Amino acid sequence: MEYIKTLTNRKLKDSLTYGGCGECQTSCQSACKTSCTVGNQKCENKKANKK
Amino acid sequence: MSKGNIHKFYLNEKYIVVDVNSGSVHVVDQIVYDILDYYLNYGIDEIIDKLNSRYSTEMILNAYEEIKLLEEEELIFSKDFNTSIEYNKDNVIKAMCLHVAHDCNLKCRYCFASQGNFKGQRKLMDLETGMKALDFLVENSGNRRNLEVDFFGGEPLMNFEVVKDLVSYGRKLEEKSNKHFRFTITTNALLLNDENMNFINENMDNVVLSLDGRKAVNDYMRMTLNDGGSYDIIVPKIKEMIERRKNKDYYVRGTFTSKNLDFSQDCLEYYNHGFKNISIEPVVTNPNEDYAIREEHIERILKEYEDFSKKYMELKKNDPEFLFFHFMIDLNQGPCAVKKSVGCGAGSEYIAVTPEGDIYPCHQFVGEEEFKMGTLESGIINTDLREKFKKANVNTKDKCKTCWAKFYCSGGCHANAYYSNNDILKPHDLSCEMEKKRLECALSILANE
Repeated sequence: MEYIKTLTNRKLKDSLTYGGCGECQTSCQSACKTSCTVGNQKCENKKANKK
Repeated sequence: MSKGNIHKFYLNEKYIVVDVNSGSVHVVDQIVYDILDYYLNYGIDEIIDKLNSRYSTEMILNAYEEIKLLEEEELIFSKDFNTSIEYNKDNVIKAMCLHVAHDCNLKCRYCFASQGNFKGQRKLMDLETGMKALDFLVENSGNRRNLEVDFFGGEPLMNFEVVKDLVSYGRKLEEKSNKHFRFTITTNALLLNDENMNFINENMDNVVLSLDGRKAVNDYMRMTLNDGGSYDIIVPKIKEMIERRKNKDYYVRGTFTSKNLDFSQDCLEYYNHGFKNISIEPVVTNPNEDYAIREEHIERILKEYEDFSKKYMELKKNDPEFLFFHFMIDLNQGPCAVKKSVGCGAGSEYIAVTPEGDIYPCHQFVGEEEFKMGTLESGIINTDLREKFKKANVNTKDKCKTCWAKFYCSGGCHANAYYSNNDILKPHDLSCEMEKKRLECALSILANE
């Protein structure tokens, strides 16, 4: 690609195959306590992270 | 099915395209950015006609082909997909905000806990109630291994002996039940001393230290009980705590209000103190308060975030450890679609427990009688309320359905929605505007790395 640099090509819908295990941190517990940002949370599903 | 949405913006000298449904993010040349204005509604010949004063036909054709390729790979204009799977059908609870002290040794003007007592009696949690809370969490955690407990208040260090005993009790429970507790604490730092700093260091996965930045800003809002400023007392303690943390997590967290719309200066104050993990949050309060953030402040706040993103990138060049909570995004190892749809899990996976043993959806709802879900004795008996929270997600909040940022903020804070619009399904408009700007800043920072 000459004109486009893709920062991530991981597709969100693919995570449906392993998603929802719930082992990740609750977003509000980490620092904010008043607003909701989940984009900076880590996935803790071992299957997902092997991919 | 119609094509999915994209969001494109220019910030920090980068043209950025976010594909909403796939979560893919692209840094593009201006030609691609311009073609995207016409891509869905015009054929290639018309696009060439529209743009040939700025780009050669060959360039337009090549850039167009690249967009087409992304589309074929479902990385742009990708279709919506069904994330409305049955969320938490077993009603597993994995996180608890444990209010060990409904009392405080500061009287901050904006305190949502009404200076520590959450509109009730001043009270410290007794050990027995705390132990029941941990038992309750383990019993209701199903197959989840990682359990989170945040010691919260008021000021949790006012009940430090109980905190210590609960950590010790939790460690015993871990052995018996094959669970892992992640303990954290949110403190105003006033009572930090040698003993509790060592304890926090050894036992807490994270410590959140409250400070509002510059001395004048902090001392106006965060007053001691005799109306003095808290800055000079707490800053040396926060420094000492952080020095002891070494590689362990901490956040210095502040609140900004309409009194310090130049809050990037407060972030820089943190940095100048050597505080590397920071967060500053917009105040949540009644719009009639003179320090409330209102519509008229938004333009200034969005610019402030942009200005801070520039300064942040500059600082990070020499100091990659500097982290602002809301400018961090993990595009590759980030949360799954389910998490991105449901957000914080308040009222379902996440609950708050008061010193009396009452259960609420989260700390922000404590003291609101209609949001009481049950007690540690009764368990959760207001199951209608639990269902309501479980169903509050980006698929059920009308405003979120068409928003480009929905998979980053996950529908926002239910409490913000409730306190501003009296409905947990109606997100707080100003919070949405701020969140979107923070995300644009975060993505532009990644694009510059």
